[in-house]
Amino acid sequence: MTETLIFELGASGRTSSPLPDCDVPARPLKEIIPAGLLRKKPPGLPEAGEAEVARHFTRLSSLNYGVDTGFYPLGSCTMKYNPKINEYAARLPGFARLHPYQAEDQVQGALRLMYETQRYLAEITGMDEFTLQPAAGAHGEFAGLLMIKAYHDHRGETGRRRVVVPDSSHGTNPATAALCGMEVQQVRSGRDGTVDLEALKDALGPGTAAVMLTNPNTLGLFEREITKIAEAVHRAGALLYCDGANMNAILGISRPGDMGFDVIHLNLHKTFSTPHGGGGPGSGPVGVKSGLAPFLPSPAVGFDPAGGRYYLDYDRPLSIGKVRSFYGNFGVVVRAYAYIRAVGGEGLRQVGEDAVINANYLLSLIRGTYRVPFDRRCMHEFVVSPPAGFKEAGLHTVDIAKRLMDYGYHPPTVYFPLIVEEALMVEPTETESRSTLDAFAGALLEIAREGFENPQLLREAPRRTPVSRLDEVVAARKPVLRWRPPAAEE
Amino acid sequence: MRYVLNTEDDRREMISLSGAGGVEDLFGDIPAGVRLRRPLNLPHPMAEPDLARHLREISSANFSLDEYACFLGAGAYDHYVPQIVDQLLLRSEFYTAYTPYQPEISQGTLQAIFEYQTMICELTGMEAANASLYDGASALAEAVLIACEETGRKKVVLSGAVHPEYRGTVRTYVKHRGIEVAECPETGGFTDPEALGVLVDDRTAAVLIQQPNFFGCLEQAPEIGEAARRHNALFVVCADPVSLGILEAPGEYGADIVVGEGQGLGNHLSFGGPYLGFLACRQRMVRRMPGRLVGQTVDKLGRRGFVLTIQAREQHIRREKATSNICTNEALCALAAAVYLSFLGREGLRRLAELCLQKAHYAHGLLVSQRGVSSSFKAPFFKEFAVRLEEDLAAVNRRLLKDKIIGGLDLGRFYPRYSGHMLLCCTELRTREEIDRLAAGIGGTVNDRNPDF
Amino acid sequence: MIPDGLLYSTNHEWLKVNGKTGRMGITHYAQEALGSVVYIELPEAGSRVTAGESLGVVESVKAASDYYAPVSGKVSAVNGELPDSPGLINEDPYGRGWIAEIDLEDPAELDGLLSAQGYREMLQKEGK
Repeated sequence: MTETLIFELGASGRTSSPLPDCDVPARPLKEIIPAGLLRKKPPGLPEAGEAEVARHFTRLSSLNYGVDTGFYPLGSCTMKYNPKINEYAARLPGFARLHPYQAEDQVQGALRLMYETQRYLAEITGMDEFTLQPAAGAHGEFAGLLMIKAYHDHRGETGRRRVVVPDSSHGTNPATAALCGMEVQQVRSGRDGTVDLEALKDALGPGTAAVMLTNPNTLGLFEREITKIAEAVHRAGALLYCDGANMNAILGISRPGDMGFDVIHLNLHKTFSTPHGGGGPGSGPVGVKSGLAPFLPSPAVGFDPAGGRYYLDYDRPLSIGKVRSFYGNFGVVVRAYAYIRAVGGEGLRQVGEDAVINANYLLSLIRGTYRVPFDRRCMHEFVVSPPAGFKEAGLHTVDIAKRLMDYGYHPPTVYFPLIVEEALMVEPTETESRSTLDAFAGALLEIAREGFENPQLLREAPRRTPVSRLDEVVAARKPVLRWRPPAAEE
Repeated sequence: MRYVLNTEDDRREMISLSGAGGVEDLFGDIPAGVRLRRPLNLPHPMAEPDLARHLREISSANFSLDEYACFLGAGAYDHYVPQIVDQLLLRSEFYTAYTPYQPEISQGTLQAIFEYQTMICELTGMEAANASLYDGASALAEAVLIACEETGRKKVVLSGAVHPEYRGTVRTYVKHRGIEVAECPETGGFTDPEALGVLVDDRTAAVLIQQPNFFGCLEQAPEIGEAARRHNALFVVCADPVSLGILEAPGEYGADIVVGEGQGLGNHLSFGGPYLGFLACRQRMVRRMPGRLVGQTVDKLGRRGFVLTIQAREQHIRREKATSNICTNEALCALAAAVYLSFLGREGLRRLAELCLQKAHYAHGLLVSQRGVSSSFKAPFFKEFAVRLEEDLAAVNRRLLKDKIIGGLDLGRFYPRYSGHMLLCCTELRTREEIDRLAAGIGGTVNDRNPDF
Repeated sequence: MIPDGLLYSTNHEWLKVNGKTGRMGITHYAQEALGSVVYIELPEAGSRVTAGESLGVVESVKAASDYYAPVSGKVSAVNGELPDSPGLINEDPYGRGWIAEIDLEDPAELDGLLSAQGYREMLQKEGK
C-alpha cells in the first residue's frame, strides 16, 4: 500500500480554490507589469479538488509513525509526548495571527511570554541571559560559537580559532565550528566513554576558543569530571560550550551553569515537549553567562520595570548581529512556555528523574543479551551493540532496527555515536510507562533469539510496512529529487 | 506530575530492579558540588483549564489580526491559511514524528517533502529544491555559501534593496569565512544598475537580489542576471513564492539559485516564526546544497518509495566538512506549503497572485490621490509599495489603529533617508472596504461609520 | 585482494607504475569499508598535486572519505567512466575502477610506498 503522488491525482483544469472574487476594479496585467516580467508558462502545480487533497495527505499521514503512534526511543532526540494544550496555545489568534512588525504596544503579550521564557530557561540551566532567536539546535550552536568568537576578539585574543570536540560529539558540533570559520580539533574519549581529562588538557592551548561538550554525553554518561574540565578549559583562557541536547536527564537536578559551562543551547523540541514536526520546526535558545551577554544576537527582549513594558532591544553594539529574520520560532516558544507552566519546577525535576529511571530500567532488562560497551550507570539514554554472535551470523544493527518495525516500534538511533561499533542508542523518555518498556525489552530479546534461530527473519524485515529496504544506493547515484510529468521523461 | 506515567510504586520497583539503591544512586555520577539542592525557582504547575485561561489572557494582550486589518508586509504576509492546511497539520502522525531516518515508517513525511520539492522547482523554474531551511534570511545566506564553493570565489554583490534583516543575516553567516559582501546601493527603489556594473567583477561569486525587492518594486532582473553572467558569477534571486503565480520563474531569466521565504504558503504569521526557507538550484549544484534532500527510489520488491538522499553532504556524516551544519529544519512548514499549493493548485495560485496585485494597485492609486500622500518610487510593483506621507507617520498609524487598521512600516526604521515613507502590503485578505478606510485614515479623514467592524 | 606488483599507501590507495606515469585508485579494502560508492569527486586533469594531498572525495550512502595523491606530479588523466558509474570502484577497484593517472615528478617518492606484502601486514596489524 503506497500512495499516488499528488501530481498524478486530479484532472486538468480542476481546482478547489477558495479565493474570493476581486472586489476592486481590475486593471489589465499588461498595464501594470512589464511584459518581460510576466510568467509565460504556469507552474506545474497539482490540479486537484479539496476532497482529493484531504484524502491524499491523510493517507500519507497513515504511512508515518509518530510519538502518538507508539514508542519512539530515538536516542539523542528526546521523543517525549507532545501535550495537546501546546497546540491549542500556539493557535490562539493572539499568537498565531500576529505580525512581527506590529508596534511594541500591540504585542505586549507576546513579548511578555518571550521574556518569561528567557527567565525560566535561565533558571533551569543556571545561565544569566537567553536569546530565543535560533531556529534549531544547530542554529543555536552557530549563534553560541559566534558569541564565543566575538568575546575573545573583543578582549583582543583574536588568535583563538580552535574548537575542541570529543569524538563522541554530535556531527553538528564540528560542522558548526567550520561554519564559523574555526578549526576543529577532535579528542578521543577515555576508556570509560567520557572525556579523557589528560587528553583534553593536552589539546588546550592559546589557540583554543572553546570546548564543546554534551553532558550527559552521547553515550548517556554523565561527565563526572565536569568541574575539573571546566577549570582546565578556563585556565587555558577558553570557554566551555554545552550542547544541551541531553538536558532532559538533569532537569531540576543539576545545572550546566553551575558546572562551569559558559554557553548552552537548548532544543525546545527535545527537552520542552514541542513537537518534532517530521524534522522541524524546532527552536534552539541559547543561554550565556553575563560576560557574554553583550554579544547576544539582536534584538533582545527586555522589560522596563518602571514603565511596566516589554520591548525589543536593537541597540546592541557588540551583538553578533542577525542570525535570521525577526525574533525566532515564536510559535515553538509558545508551546514550550505552555509546557513549563503545565509542569512547573517540581514537574521538571520529576521529568529528569523519570527519564533516568526509565533508561536505567530498560537497560537492566536487556543487559546480558545486548552488549553494553560502556557499562556504567546511564542517565536518560544508553548505547548498546547487537548480541554476541550477530556479527558472525552476518547480522547488523540495521537488521535489528528494521525488525523492530515489525513489532510496532520506531527503532532507536542507529550507528551513532561513531565511537561504538554497530551502535543502538536508546532514549525512552519519561513519558513512557513501565509496561511499554517491558514490552519493548521483550521485543528486543525476542529479536536476539530470532537472530540465532532464524536470521532470515531479520534480514527480510520489515515485512509489515508499506515498503521495505529502500535502495539508497540507487537514490544517491542518480538522484531523482522531483517529479516530472510522464511526457517529459526520456 | 502531568505527562509522566510512572507511579510511586513503579519508580521504587524499577529503581531497585535497575540495581540502584534509590533515586539518588542513579545520579551518583553527578558531583555533589554541582547538584541543585533546592527546587527550581519556577511557577507551580497549572491544571489544564487554568493554563488555557492563562494563555488566553496573555494572547489577548496582543492585537490579533483577526480583529485588525493589517497592511504590514515586509517579509511576513497576512495570506489566508485555509482550514485544510491546519487540519492536516494536526495529524499527529505528521507532527509528532521526527526526521525520516527510517523510510519504511516515514513515507508520509518523505513523499510530502518530495512533492514539496517538486512544487518549489515548478514555481522557481529550478531543477532541484531541498527539504527546507529555517527562513528566507538564512536561505539567502546558505545560497552565498553554495555560490562561493561552486565558483571558488570569495566575494558576493548583495543588493541594498534586499530585506535589511536578510542582509544582516548574510553578513553574520559569511563574515567569519573570509567572504566579502559588497553591498550595491539602491536608488529610487531599485538596485542601482551603474553601481552594480562597477561592483561585479571577475572575483564575484554571485549577485544577489530580491524580486520583488524589499520596497515591493520589481527589479530589472533579467538585466542584472546578464551582468552577473558577464563575469561568470552566479545569479541568486530571493523570490516571493506567491508572486510566482504571475511573475516569471527566476529560472527562466537566468537565476542559478532561487531562495525565499515560504511563510505565505499556508503558514501563520506567528510573530515571525516558525517560517519556511526554501532553496532551489541547478542540478549541477545538488551536492553542494545544505540540509535534507528527499529522493525517489525503489524498495526490494521494486515498489516506488522515497528516502533521504545524498546524505554524505550532511553534518552527521561529513562533520566539519559538511556543506552546512543544519539538522532540524522546518519540515512541518514545508508540509503546510505542500498542502497549501496542492489546495490552491495551478489556477488558484495565479488567481491569488492576481488578487494581491490588483488590490495593491487599487490601494496605491487611491492613496496617492489623497492630499499629503505621494508615491515613493516609480517602479512596477506586485503586492507591496511605499508612499511618502507629509504627516508624521507614527501619528497616522495611531489614528489608523483606532479604526482597527494596522498601517504600514516606516521605511526610516531601516533606511534613514526614507524616513516618513510607509511600506504597505495588500494580500487577498484586504477588502475594498478596508482599503478605502486605510486611504481615508491616511488622508486624515477617518471613516467613523463602521465603528463595530 | 591485494594484487602483487602494485604499490600501496597507508591511506589505502594503490598505484601502478608504468614508466613515468602512475595510475591510482582505492584498494579493495577501502571500497569495502566505504560500501557502495555513489559519487566521486575527481581531480582536474592537468592540475598539479603533491603526495599526501587530497585529490577529492569518494562518497557512499553512509560515509564520505577523502582520497589522497600517493605521489606528486601532474594529473594526466582521470577515469571519465566514474561520474556515471561510480560503482566500478566497488566492482573492479584495481581495474575499471581506477581514478586518475599522475605523471611522476620524483621517482624517489615510490620508495615511501608499501609493497603488496607491506600493505597486507599493515592491515593485519590494524586488525582489519
